[in-house]
Amino acid sequence: MSDPRVHQADAELEAPSTRHQSQWRATVSALLANRLAVFGLVMLTALVLTALFADLLIRQPINAQNLADRFAPPSSQYWFGTDDLGRDVFSRVVVGARVSLQVGVVSVGISLVAGTLIGLWAGYRGGWIDTVWMRAMDVLFAFPVILLAIALVAVLGPSLRNTMIAVGIVFTPIFARVVRGSVLSVREELHVRAVRSLGASDRRIILRHVLPNVAAPIIVQASLSLAFAILTEAALSYIGVGVQPPDPAWGYMLSDAQRFQRQGWWLSVFPGAAIFLSVMAFNLLGDGLRDALDPKQRSVIESRGVE
Amino acid sequence: MARYVALRIGQSLLALLGVSIIVFALMHLVPGDPVRSALGTRFTPELYAALVERAGLDRPILVQYFDWLGRAVTGDLGVSFRTGQPVALALGQRVGPTALLAFGALIVGLLIALPAGIVSAVKQGKAPDYAANTFSQIGVSLPDFWFGILLILVFARMLGWLPPGGYASFADDPAAALRYLLLPAVTAGVVTGAILTRFVRSSMLEALNAEHVRLARAKGLPWRYVLRHHVLRNAWIPIITVTGLQLGTLLGGIIVVEIVFSWPGIGRLALDAVQTRDYPVLQGAVLLVAAVFLLLNLLVDLVYARLDPRIRVGAST
Repeated sequence: MSDPRVHQADAELEAPSTRHQSQWRATVSALLANRLAVFGLVMLTALVLTALFADLLIRQPINAQNLADRFAPPSSQYWFGTDDLGRDVFSRVVVGARVSLQVGVVSVGISLVAGTLIGLWAGYRGGWIDTVWMRAMDVLFAFPVILLAIALVAVLGPSLRNTMIAVGIVFTPIFARVVRGSVLSVREELHVRAVRSLGASDRRIILRHVLPNVAAPIIVQASLSLAFAILTEAALSYIGVGVQPPDPAWGYMLSDAQRFQRQGWWLSVFPGAAIFLSVMAFNLLGDGLRDALDPKQRSVIESRGVE
Repeated sequence: MARYVALRIGQSLLALLGVSIIVFALMHLVPGDPVRSALGTRFTPELYAALVERAGLDRPILVQYFDWLGRAVTGDLGVSFRTGQPVALALGQRVGPTALLAFGALIVGLLIALPAGIVSAVKQGKAPDYAANTFSQIGVSLPDFWFGILLILVFARMLGWLPPGGYASFADDPAAALRYLLLPAVTAGVVTGAILTRFVRSSMLEALNAEHVRLARAKGLPWRYVLRHHVLRNAWIPIITVTGLQLGTLLGGIIVVEIVFSWPGIGRLALDAVQTRDYPVLQGAVLLVAAVFLLLNLLVDLVYARLDPRIRVGAST
């Protein structure tokens, strides 16, 4: 490892890394030239700001009941109307952004880290390690995402934390596959083989040569997975096995809304629109990133088709 | 081909074995005593002992697994903790409605995706293409359960044209069955249609740009003739494949749609089982859906390999 030749060779072979910088710049400008991706980015910024500054935006404490104003339609006082307990729907939708984003980010974080480690390990080592891991991932792929999540929550018990764990597990195999595939091709590239023949350690090769080259597909997958994670959390919360009251999740707001459809249409409309727009934001950004970074990868629609 | 078929079948069986381990582990990972919590207030020492013995929970875990697996292979999935009904019977009653809904949703999906995808490819870069792309972009981000709730709001609550949920069997009353089926099928079908539209479009584009199509056009054959005989004929192979794969995804979506519309299918059954801690039923439902999912993927791969020899040559992964 202390062999100076390795460092020198590393430095010479680092050409790809300076190339990276201009590549990133090219990526950003390609992304900004894509109108849909910019639209997604703007929506996403709005979502993040809403979640961050939710406390300033809400017009009433989210669990404050005002029974005199039950089922009040949207008005200048209650922008999105009130629910069966007279709670302000706008404030609840705003705070729901925080729950959704939190579940999305944490669960995708779990699957990104776990999936990347598995994919790197399996792809780099190859052989039986690869076979065992990939067959294990096949098993997880054999369940429809939502059903696996339901089964996991059944075991763990419904709560915000367990929803994040369940969604994280469910999306791990996608990352493992994406990373493994990229590692397999990077592993045989000339600069990696050269560094290896100079005696660089596996750790060094993985960290300095493999990981930077598989970053692009990981980033794309992360953005698309955030969309699916938010969608999955909302579905779990809607059917009652996800986030539990009093945390205001969009999904279970819709399940309440369905019970009170006769009393107020607005209850069914606004929380769902929030889910839809958040999911679309991540999808558009993910598709844009894919076009900019890695045109060979499948679009969100295609990857959802064979999910 | 035989080698590829054997390989794929072997892989699927292996995955199924893994699925069975996970499904089996489900009940044993539950914190506390699943039988006791399932019984709740109905607890009596006799009932408890009978269920524990029936589920074999008093024996070593590996023995339990192989025992359970052996019985599952023969179709014996145990009895419901709650009703005492055999799980296989409970599943059998729910398969019909789920299959009906899946079929209905697929029809709706194809009715949307085929025209939209074909027109969008033929008019590439023009207004219809733009409209179809917008539709599929929206559809793929649309939470299906929200869409279902909106349909109920408009067509059941406001207009009163269709029931807000429920189910009738086709055998008993076809007209009523269709009325109940319409909204859930449209709900699950629109998302499917959005995904399929993109695929139909791309396989159409590929077929449109093929050499022989340009030749046919250069020869002066009428455009409609070329479209029907040269383009569509090549485009349908990937379309069928993706449609098959889509059936698996559809199955996942249908679980939620069933809950929106109180549709008495496997998804509704699985959720009820979660809520009442009826683990044998949950195990049975998850096992069944995963097995169908694997079978669908296997069939699609085999059909695809049969239609396109390039697949089976480089198919070692």
